[in-house]
Amino acid sequence: MRFGVVVFPGTNCEQETVRVLRDLYQQPTELLWHESEDLSGVDCVVLPGGFAYGDYLRAGAIARFSPIMRAVERFARADGLVWGICNGFQILLEAGLLPGAMRRNASLRFRCEWVHVRVEHNRSPFTAACQPGQVLRLPIAHGEGNYFAPPDLLAQLAARGQILLRYCDAAGHVTAAANPNGSVANVAGLASEGGNVFALMPHPERAAEAILGGTDGRWLFDSVLSKVHLAAPA
Amino acid sequence: MPPRPEPRPLADLLAEVGLTEAEYARLCAALGRAPNYVELGMVGAMWSEHCSYKSSRVYLRRLPTQGPRVLQGPGENAGAVEFGDGLAVVFKVESHNHPSAVEPFEGAATGVGGILRDVFTMGARPVALLDSLHFGPPHEPRNRYLLDGVVAGIAHYGNCMGVPTVAGEVHFAPGYSANPLVNAMCVGLVPRERLVRARASGVGNPVLLVGAATGRDGIHGATFASAELDARSEERRPAVQVGNPFLEKLLLEACLELLATGDVVAMQDLGAAGLTSSSAEIAGRGGCGITLDVRQVTRREAGMTPYEVMLSESQERMLVVVPAGSEARAEAVFARWGLHTDRVGVITADGLLRVCDGAEVVAELPVRLLTDEAPRYERPSAPPPPPAPLDLDAVPVLDPTVALAALLASPNVGSRAPIYTQYDHTVQGNTVIPPGRADAAVLRVAGSTKGLAVTIDSAARYATLDPRRGAALAVAEAARNLSCVGALPLAITDCLNLANPERPEVTWALAETVEGLREACVAFAIPVISGNVSLYNEGVGSAIPPTAVVGMVGEVPEVTRAVDAGFKAAGDVVLLLGSPQGTLAGSEYLRVAVPERPELALAGEAPTLDLAYEARLQALVRDLVQQGRVRAAHDCSEGGLAVAVAECAILGGLGFAAEPGWRAALGDVDGGTRLDLLLFGEGPSRVVVECAPEAVPAVRAAAAAAGVAVTELGRVGGTRLVWPDAIDLDLAEATARWSTALDAP
Repeated sequence: MRFGVVVFPGTNCEQETVRVLRDLYQQPTELLWHESEDLSGVDCVVLPGGFAYGDYLRAGAIARFSPIMRAVERFARADGLVWGICNGFQILLEAGLLPGAMRRNASLRFRCEWVHVRVEHNRSPFTAACQPGQVLRLPIAHGEGNYFAPPDLLAQLAARGQILLRYCDAAGHVTAAANPNGSVANVAGLASEGGNVFALMPHPERAAEAILGGTDGRWLFDSVLSKVHLAAPA
Repeated sequence: MPPRPEPRPLADLLAEVGLTEAEYARLCAALGRAPNYVELGMVGAMWSEHCSYKSSRVYLRRLPTQGPRVLQGPGENAGAVEFGDGLAVVFKVESHNHPSAVEPFEGAATGVGGILRDVFTMGARPVALLDSLHFGPPHEPRNRYLLDGVVAGIAHYGNCMGVPTVAGEVHFAPGYSANPLVNAMCVGLVPRERLVRARASGVGNPVLLVGAATGRDGIHGATFASAELDARSEERRPAVQVGNPFLEKLLLEACLELLATGDVVAMQDLGAAGLTSSSAEIAGRGGCGITLDVRQVTRREAGMTPYEVMLSESQERMLVVVPAGSEARAEAVFARWGLHTDRVGVITADGLLRVCDGAEVVAELPVRLLTDEAPRYERPSAPPPPPAPLDLDAVPVLDPTVALAALLASPNVGSRAPIYTQYDHTVQGNTVIPPGRADAAVLRVAGSTKGLAVTIDSAARYATLDPRRGAALAVAEAARNLSCVGALPLAITDCLNLANPERPEVTWALAETVEGLREACVAFAIPVISGNVSLYNEGVGSAIPPTAVVGMVGEVPEVTRAVDAGFKAAGDVVLLLGSPQGTLAGSEYLRVAVPERPELALAGEAPTLDLAYEARLQALVRDLVQQGRVRAAHDCSEGGLAVAVAECAILGGLGFAAEPGWRAALGDVDGGTRLDLLLFGEGPSRVVVECAPEAVPAVRAAAAAAGVAVTELGRVGGTRLVWPDAIDLDLAEATARWSTALDAP
């Protein structure tokens, strides 16, 4: 599978993302410059973490106007796989490729720590290798990860199976105490209605090697690479 | 060149630029004429304490700076040592105390920005940030405001840059209430052959200014940082620069990309004294001259004078000398990153820093006058009265369980998680031992099986009692911290923070501090490769204690063998390697036991340091870790032995039970030693280790061979912290107290 990892001015997680895809998973992986509109040959576009355009105005608010986002949008509409991590999640929300919005963490502080997330179902190319209810331990590092969707939209997202990951405790209970940023319904990872666009606030690329403290991020990479056909929305 | 008419009285002008009348006379004599206003401002900035080190230079040259692995010692933007596997590790620490005192968020943020630039100016990619922070007691609202602002500022800058903040120290003591210390350290890696230096050369080579546009911010920041804070310092808030980490990230990537092309003669970031110091330093190191045209400098504001342009401390700017003819290629690289490039000058052979405003020459000064020929002072020095003896009879022996619980909840002991969780410490995907897990952080290094260990430490409590010993203890602690994760110390960067050197006891403390650093560096064979001095940390009725901050970088021979401080397995044996007992002088225990008598914590003799013994202990610990014989190692520092063991237990989530005969084992054979001294006494040369029962004989044999004492303390296990006949504390309660020690009241 050919991956393209987008680099905006201010992106800062592209190297470790490439390391996992290219060195650990041996997948052809290229960096895509924000001024490019060429996604030819790419099977999965990754929007990695960082502070694109300094996150000025709002996280992702400026990056969405980059030329490459026009190409990413076309790619997504054509059912291409698009994966946003942290800042990538924020950009996909701003670009309208995922529903809802991101606010500053409820604590108003940046938080960097390991958290647990529960996999809600595995009918997605991004969770296909997981079991429903499986708990993953992943690191977060963000100041604006407080996901919001109004109640009707939230109900719709849940009903359609678009909520893929929720913050939980180590036993898999979705509790307020396990929510690191105030996200509504503990949403940590979200898919588009078609299922081909997915984003999460935690950093699976920082949890793919035991020496870094955990390997649960591999479940998500394994899923994408298992080439399971896109499941119909629930 | 005709002097420009300047209607203001000379005394006012000298006050503005921070020069004394004697310095002005020296300047006139050197020039053979009176300087004009622009020149006066430039000289004032360059002769400031901050830029010239005029009160500290005579002492600093006593520090050992050589070593077989040193690639670059002091004098450049940062020092560098050989890491192996073709890599150089580049690092430096720098203070941003004065700006942080008046504007904590931006002061700390731009401190981080400045130290990052120092490292990537050398061609290295920054891989770690560290901070040493000192504040007054956190229950005072002003100190809490400073703490919160500084931490948020560090987070803002480091996180956006994508450089993990992996280690640090935070210390609270009354002496820092009006004068907080914010020292930031950056560590970078670069292939050896790509290490660059800031030495201009090549007459006719163009000088480019890249990065941010130049504004009026920070004018005379260097002078501000070289004077005592006073009641009007708050008015200097506009003198504190505002950081733009996004712009710096672009500058970082663009500079590294340009360096990779080889089309760079020299690079120098703009820090204190802005364009003046960067141009003087880059020309001074290269032994050449430089001519600048301020009209070519892109401005943020209209109507800026040459004086303002030359002294602006606007952040995120870089001066780059490129080979003649390659300007367009360099400009294209910067443009790709959205950065504009000003062609501001040219390298000359005449040894002059000449500033033009279009066709008009507005300043012309010999480069050496600004750099090497700045004044140097050997100021009067006299020791203060020695500290009073510590009257231990005035200190009640607290119930040890109560004392342990109180110590764990002390802001100087408790968990730093509320701070380091605000820093992205996992970005770049190389953090093997993150903050809070061990005495030093450990990073893996691409292309190497070795690890990079980093720590930053000070021993201000002991330096208050004895600056020389305090400085040596800081070096010893930093090296011990590295040893506890299995790392061999490679080199030091130091930041000497002191009060006003015009007071003889402060200059005495400065000299003693350097001497203490020197003694320890020589004993451990660790060179000092970079550093910074911050003086005048006093005012508003208080002065800081002499605070030598030691940043140290080490090499873990096999990164997978590094250990942290948390207990790993019930049934394991807990040993104390090194000195069985400490001392209560200057200890955290005194602050907790008799808070109503703070003078007691300032009395007595600092712990003695046997440098040879300490070196043997550290080598022993490193060997045991690398041989896999110990599963956890933790230095005994604030709070002494009982706190160190408790921290291992808390980190591992496993209890501890001491042997029934623990008192005798620690040398209290007749039961006549104070319990608080045994449990909470502090001192160097003490490391708690955990090992499997079957490893104990090998550990004992290795310690005997090294001539280091071994004391078997007890076993890992259970859910309590138990020292028979002294302490019985539930681990969950201990953890809760320790975890919330830094929470706002």
